[in-house]
Amino acid sequence: MSRIEIQKTYKIYIGGQFPRTESGRYYPLKNKKGNVIANICLCSRKDFRNAEVAARGAQSGWGSKAAFNRAQILYRIAEMLEGRKEQFISELVLQGSTLAAAKQEVEVSIDRMVYYSGWCDKFQAIYSSVNPVASSHFNFSVPEPTGVVALIADENTSLLGLVTAIAPVIAGGNACVVLASESKPLCAVTFAEVLNSSDLPGGVVNILTGTSAELHEHFSNHMDVNAVIYYRNNKAEIKTIKENASLNVKRVFVYNKINIMSEKAESPYFIFDTQEIKTTWHPIENIGTSKAGY
Amino acid sequence: MSKKEVKLKFNAAWDLAPAPEDSKHVSIKKQYDLFINGEFVKPNSKKYFATYNPATDEKISEVADADEKDVDKAVKAARAAFGKWSKLSGKERGKYIYRIARLIQERAREFAVIETMDGGKPIRESRDIDVPLAANHFFYYAGWADKLEYAFPNRNPKPLGVAGQIIPWNFPLLMAAWKIAPALAAGNTVVLKPAETTPLTALKLAELIRDSGLPKGVVNIITGAGKTGAAIVNHPDINKIAFTGSTNVGKWIQKSIAGTDKKCTLELGGKAANIIFEDAPLDQAVEGIINGIFFNQGHVCCAGSRLFVQESVADIVIRKLKDRMETLKVGDPMDKNTDIGAINSKQQLLKIQEYIEIGKNEGGEIYQSSCSLPKKGNFCKPTIFLNVSQSHRIVQEEIFGPVLAIQTFRTIEEVIEKANNIPYGLSAGVWTDKGSKIFNLTSKLKAGVVWANTYNKFDPTSPFGGYKESGFGREGGLHGLGAYLQF
Repeated sequence: MSRIEIQKTYKIYIGGQFPRTESGRYYPLKNKKGNVIANICLCSRKDFRNAEVAARGAQSGWGSKAAFNRAQILYRIAEMLEGRKEQFISELVLQGSTLAAAKQEVEVSIDRMVYYSGWCDKFQAIYSSVNPVASSHFNFSVPEPTGVVALIADENTSLLGLVTAIAPVIAGGNACVVLASESKPLCAVTFAEVLNSSDLPGGVVNILTGTSAELHEHFSNHMDVNAVIYYRNNKAEIKTIKENASLNVKRVFVYNKINIMSEKAESPYFIFDTQEIKTTWHPIENIGTSKAGY
Repeated sequence: MSKKEVKLKFNAAWDLAPAPEDSKHVSIKKQYDLFINGEFVKPNSKKYFATYNPATDEKISEVADADEKDVDKAVKAARAAFGKWSKLSGKERGKYIYRIARLIQERAREFAVIETMDGGKPIRESRDIDVPLAANHFFYYAGWADKLEYAFPNRNPKPLGVAGQIIPWNFPLLMAAWKIAPALAAGNTVVLKPAETTPLTALKLAELIRDSGLPKGVVNIITGAGKTGAAIVNHPDINKIAFTGSTNVGKWIQKSIAGTDKKCTLELGGKAANIIFEDAPLDQAVEGIINGIFFNQGHVCCAGSRLFVQESVADIVIRKLKDRMETLKVGDPMDKNTDIGAINSKQQLLKIQEYIEIGKNEGGEIYQSSCSLPKKGNFCKPTIFLNVSQSHRIVQEEIFGPVLAIQTFRTIEEVIEKANNIPYGLSAGVWTDKGSKIFNLTSKLKAGVVWANTYNKFDPTSPFGGYKESGFGREGGLHGLGAYLQF
């Protein structure tokens, strides 16, 4: 007699914990034959607010970690992804990918995470400057994380869209709340398990499942969110997000024209978008006859 | 148990003789039209409005009130000019911008005098800060025009198109330079609107640009009030909005362009914390407090309007601050000895007076310099409030005048928490003799510009701009170029 398989319960990821949606709602995910694969949490405004609180609480600790340390943790995420490769591939296949496409998506995701791991302690050098002001001052500008970023990830990929959205944001020291693909949510939950075993402090990444139609409003009108990034094509949602952003001058980026599989979807400029440039001045004492300065 | 205040009488021992700057050499026309496509044209509305000297209430000139049709005409001129201008080699573009810088330097005195007449700021500031910095800004960005690909590694930067630029009344010429110079260097064309109370130096700049031989339509300067600004924001053929002004208007702009692909940078309000530690050089710190809040009558978005003094030195710092306030000369902006000039407009003066009343009604302890104010014009005494807390409106809201709210603190954690606990994040000041403490604070303060043991310093090479509700994007330096390019 064959063994009864243990089925996985797909939950969400908030503050390093795996709760169900507080709303108690779900939506069924079906395979091509129309059979139910899983019941997915249909997250609510309250889930987003809880996730935002977790993100805000985690951000300053994450942002003030040594950049080298952040790089190691991102690399660790890639290691954990590699170890779970087969699981991600089978989940992608379950959600309708061909085996070859699934393999490619997972490999690009792992490599992208390694790519951003490398940037953690390097982008600062690219975007910083020592500014040769005319007066006797030492003046320099450096990037700093903007804070909490709300992400609505790509709809068409299950794992790669998440990695592409999350990696540049946390490489730069931000914390985030991310909405996974509605039609392909399985990898999101497994990816949360990867994050949970990667030394990434709880709350730095929070993952919700559900619909953008319901949640984009809440992602963009929360008064303690600093930036919103949107990877989808719904024009009405884009407009609403941008309008809501004006409530507290959120930074909004819409990345829906990039080919997510290509290397164009990864660059330090994506890190830079969720950075603030801070300029610091300090006087330099003039001793002797010549002016001192940089 | 309040002790009687002992005020130093600085004027008893000596007094400064008047030293007014002469305004005879400047030429101001009775009426100004709109600068569109390289020439001054009459407004479609046929309407003009007056601009006054806020120190004397005298009418200086009148300027055109641009309506939607005028805005459209200016945008069309800018669009028509864009093709050729953006295809011109960076070297040639740069040379035009250098010319503008030189012409401003040559006419610096005239610009300084008009700036002070139209806006009320002390001639010492317009002469030594506004006008030279404006010229330097053009000179700095001129040099970037042919080097853009070096600024953005692995990218091929291209201009955005037509930039609509709306600037405030506190640094009229300087803000025009901050907006126009990087836009031109990056290959954009512009439609710029100065504030309705301070249009004259922008119009003089228009004359200068016409004389410089810059191709027609590359820079268009049109005057008007909020309606004109709204017409720029909502014009469908503008690619980028650059705005400096209040947070409320900034939010309105962000909302208005939500359904479009317009790029946007916003330099909005501030309520900067200026933090004095017990180990700071206190006399220098007091100078920093004075400069932080009373520079340009406090009409500065990055003004150090919230003072935090460590409890152990609070009494002595406040004593020194009050003494120093007594020495400030408030009055005729054209006098070279004047420290604090005229409040920019009657409307702004009323707003400041309202906030002073709010501060008193909320229980703040007010102290004002005992100086006398001129009988005519808009003037306000340098004002500080003691015994206020985080929840007071004069601590939370931007007053944009010479009004300082003072709080004390005990620990570094406490002051960081208080300094950051505000929707704004434009600037901050830190005063301590300990380098390691400076860097602890400068890295934790959520502000785009942090001055350590100095305050209110500006330079074309130095990026300026805010966190949070103080806006986004930077002006100045390499980072300021990014606001006018696409990749």
